[in-house]
Amino acid sequence: MTDLKSIKERSHTLISGADDLEALETLRVELLGKKGELTGLLKSLGSLPSAERPVQGEKINQAKRELSDALNEKKAILLKNRLEAKLAAESIDVTLPGRHSESGGLHPITHTLNRIKALFFELGYSEETGPEIEKDFYNFEALNIPSYHPARAMHDTFYLNESTVLRTHTSPVQIRTMLSKKPPLQIICPGRVYRCDSDVTHTPMFHQVEGLVVDKGITFADLKGVVIQFLSNFFEVDLPIRFRPSYFPFTEPSAEVDMQCTSCSGKGCRVCGNTGWLEVMGCGMVHPKVFDNCGVDTNIYSGFAFGMGVERLAMLKYGVNDLRMFFDNDLRFLRQFS
Amino acid sequence: MKFSENWLKSHVKFSVDTEKLVDQLTMAGLEVDSVNYLGAISGVKIARIEKVEPHPNADKLRVCEVNDGKERHTVVCGAPNAVAGKVVPFATVGALLPNDFKIKKAKIRGVESHGMLCAQNELGLGEDSAGLWELPNNISLGLDIVTYLDLDDNVIDVDLTPNRGDCLSIIGVAREVSVLSRSEIKAVPQESIEPKIEHRVDVTLSEPAGCARYVSRIIKDVEIGAKTPMWMAEKLRRGGIRLRSPVVDVTNFVLLELGQPMHAFDLSKIEGSIDVRYAKNENIELLDETSMTCDEDTLVIADNKKILAMAGIMGGMKSAVSESTKDILLESAWFNPRVIAGKARKYGKHTDSSHRFERGVDPKLQLIAIERATSLILEICGGMAGPVSETTSEKDLPETKKIELDYESVAKQLGIKLDSQEIDEILHRLGLKKEKNSHWQIPSWRFDLEIQQDLIEEIARVIGYDNLPVTLPTFEAKNKKIKKDEIVAIKELLVHRSYREAITYSFVNPHVQNLLFPDLKSVNLVNPISPEMAVMRLSIWPGLINSALYNLNRQKNRIRFFEIGQCFPASDEDLTHYETKCAGLICGDRYETNWSNPHERTDFYDLKGDVESILNALVGEKNYQFCAKSFEFFHPGQSAQILINDEVIGVLGNLHPSLANEFGFKQSVYLFDINLGSIDAKSETQFTTLSKFPEVKRDLSFMLDQTVNASDLLDVVRSSSGKYLTDLKLFDVYQGKDVENKGKSIALGLTFQHPCRTLTDSEINSCIDTIVSESSKVLGAKIRS
Repeated sequence: MTDLKSIKERSHTLISGADDLEALETLRVELLGKKGELTGLLKSLGSLPSAERPVQGEKINQAKRELSDALNEKKAILLKNRLEAKLAAESIDVTLPGRHSESGGLHPITHTLNRIKALFFELGYSEETGPEIEKDFYNFEALNIPSYHPARAMHDTFYLNESTVLRTHTSPVQIRTMLSKKPPLQIICPGRVYRCDSDVTHTPMFHQVEGLVVDKGITFADLKGVVIQFLSNFFEVDLPIRFRPSYFPFTEPSAEVDMQCTSCSGKGCRVCGNTGWLEVMGCGMVHPKVFDNCGVDTNIYSGFAFGMGVERLAMLKYGVNDLRMFFDNDLRFLRQFS
Repeated sequence: MKFSENWLKSHVKFSVDTEKLVDQLTMAGLEVDSVNYLGAISGVKIARIEKVEPHPNADKLRVCEVNDGKERHTVVCGAPNAVAGKVVPFATVGALLPNDFKIKKAKIRGVESHGMLCAQNELGLGEDSAGLWELPNNISLGLDIVTYLDLDDNVIDVDLTPNRGDCLSIIGVAREVSVLSRSEIKAVPQESIEPKIEHRVDVTLSEPAGCARYVSRIIKDVEIGAKTPMWMAEKLRRGGIRLRSPVVDVTNFVLLELGQPMHAFDLSKIEGSIDVRYAKNENIELLDETSMTCDEDTLVIADNKKILAMAGIMGGMKSAVSESTKDILLESAWFNPRVIAGKARKYGKHTDSSHRFERGVDPKLQLIAIERATSLILEICGGMAGPVSETTSEKDLPETKKIELDYESVAKQLGIKLDSQEIDEILHRLGLKKEKNSHWQIPSWRFDLEIQQDLIEEIARVIGYDNLPVTLPTFEAKNKKIKKDEIVAIKELLVHRSYREAITYSFVNPHVQNLLFPDLKSVNLVNPISPEMAVMRLSIWPGLINSALYNLNRQKNRIRFFEIGQCFPASDEDLTHYETKCAGLICGDRYETNWSNPHERTDFYDLKGDVESILNALVGEKNYQFCAKSFEFFHPGQSAQILINDEVIGVLGNLHPSLANEFGFKQSVYLFDINLGSIDAKSETQFTTLSKFPEVKRDLSFMLDQTVNASDLLDVVRSSSGKYLTDLKLFDVYQGKDVENKGKSIALGLTFQHPCRTLTDSEINSCIDTIVSESSKVLGAKIRS
């Protein structure tokens, strides 16, 4: 049976030499197919003596199995190669920029307002809003600022007619709220306000958040507590804070709140005008005349109010050095606050 | 208010240094704005110009020989008043002037100059830069200017709140310091000047409510050309007041010293007697050379013929003290703050006088001040004083105030326990007098103290706010309602759709607003900051258009802006009425520049998709309609209004090309505007059970006339498809030459589903039949196969 041996040797050489699946399949048919060489050998068994047939038959079948295994093994290798070649062809430049629609963004003033609101909402304050064009009564009279009051000069007011102004603060919202709701009150009043002033440090429109708390037994110490807590939460740092006597017609006692300068740590620099302190808020205990104007019984209730400029806080928080940038809406500026 | 620290020291003792003093004042409510040390110059001596010769090589320069008491120096000088015999400040070689300016030996046009002769401003000691600072001839030469002018001093500038008019004088600040440092105050010398003459001017107070006290005095034969002494000149200069003439300088000095504004008239210009009355729309030429018409609200000082001064604000030019004045009339009056307040602002004449009268001047000060001024004038200018003439309406002067203090309230308001002795001691230091039943008498200069809270603030102020306790208020637990905030939701939605939030001014350019809305009236500002910001916005568009142009001009090629805020329709009755609007603007590229994005221009449907997503969030998908509508501000074929329950709640469209062009756009601009106030947000979602049965999908393609709107087809299909239609999508629109009759084709995808069983083919088919026949009947639609 030198025939079988030579077929096997030749076939192994051919299988290992096959370089694609098609060639391998042709080879399989040639070797193992119905007309294949080994099938032919099996067919020729009949010419052998019957005693030799089983032995020879087994040898041929053995060779068939061997070659079939070799074919399968080779096929697996060729399949794997083919896949690898396909994948290699499919490789892409993963460093190309991703595909997405650019997200927009909120204005930095809105970010700042949201932050202020969130801190007060957490403490149970609710939000009140009101008109930006206000009656003199709500903006001044009810707040203990009669027409002859020198404090009117502190507010460079835009007038629409004799009795109507662009609100100079959001305090009129406090008045409207006290007139329509009964204490206890715990509110913040965010919104746009207007002063007839325009230079490097003033824009004719800016934003304020004012707060008002009216309840039994509210003290100046409570006011200090709320202000200190807010500022340290807002700036996420416990900076020295000082309360300085000041004057607002609608509060008594009144205070300005200074925070240690964030850019020089109190040593004095241009940002703080060399004082080491930054004026960040005004506040005080609600003036009894304001309570009287709003029908709040001062024998039962006391309260405090505070107010802050949102642009000022935003400038300190984000390090913006020019107030006017907030209203240019320059996309290069806005994009920084996404 | 600016003042010299050394002057303050002469009236009150304090042991702290300047830094601590400034801190104490600030923390007591007298906020110190700045401290300016004057002595930071060295090497400047008093010297006399001995000889002046022309410069050999320069017409405008001179060569001076300068005597500093020891040596002679050659100095080149360009000042016009470099004249031999004058005594001037001389910065020697090596001297240090402000801004680190060092004086060195220098050759000027070939002549060696040893030092510099100085003008006031070169020493940082005043504004005068016209020429050399001419000093009195009797000073010893060689004296250091720091010693001569007492420049080892600070100018302290205090920013006073309007309630503290009582601190607008050196005595006022000294009173405050004496409270803080617990030391005595040294009063201003008071002497009564005996009259040498009998003359006086009669005074009538026609408006005693406005002027309750008018004190005057004639001084005759004053030497008007006398020189204001250096000690006074320096105090005025450090107080920020310019020197005029000795008489006026004295009145200004008394104003700074005591806080009483005064005025000096040229007696010869007063015709007859004086009346303090309201003006009758009379004209006056004021000291600052402007002319004003005083209306009937303005209190004036008048003689028999004319008005002489605007009371408490400014004197008139004609009756002012001039170089030819011989006799003067001094005025020291008390004007009611209510009558003066606002007037200076109204006339644009804010003066040191109006500033004090508006805030309140001590009603007990007028006599003291006139005596003080008389004595100073006699000392400097000589002359003969007449008797003090006082006209007072006692009932119109402020009453002595009394405030009751409940000691427990102090604790209640401040959250601190203080014993009554401590409280009494503080109030005594502040000049209050205790009477019976815890009533306190308020000193005449404290206009601001009116009620108990004011006393509580005083106590807190003296203790120091920082020494008061800190607590947190406790609130009753409330049911916190978490209100859904639509505005927050819309903002987030638009941000995710790649919009940037803008914040634009609420006042806009009337021209732009008028181009957009020629038929609408705007609310005008009486006193706009500029003509471009003169009217209140009717819409957010003018602001967004501005912002878009700003960025397009900076090479940005994709703009998507929105803003939410109040807009102000003009109304006859109530100007406070406003509408909260949400508006957006898009223009330029549809997509960000990216290798995979097609380069396409944004269009109407980009905008509409954004608006739809807002409306879906607000009111739900099926609860609004768009219908085509033309507006003068939009492209006539690319605009629509938005309806909810037949009410118009907004508009959107392509900005009219002629307007876009006029504003300066080179591309189409798409705008939307939604009135948020007229939208009731949808109620909370209610869950519907999900069907377990299969969905059936059918696509239908309709041939329609060009004029039929897609929404008409959708409406017909929706209403004729029975109750199991669960979804309807428009997935194709085709409009081309090869479509017969130049119509258009719209393809719809319909989804049917039954909640509790499987729909049969025949059911679906009958639905489709109805749809087909209805759309044919109503719209003339044909099915394309």
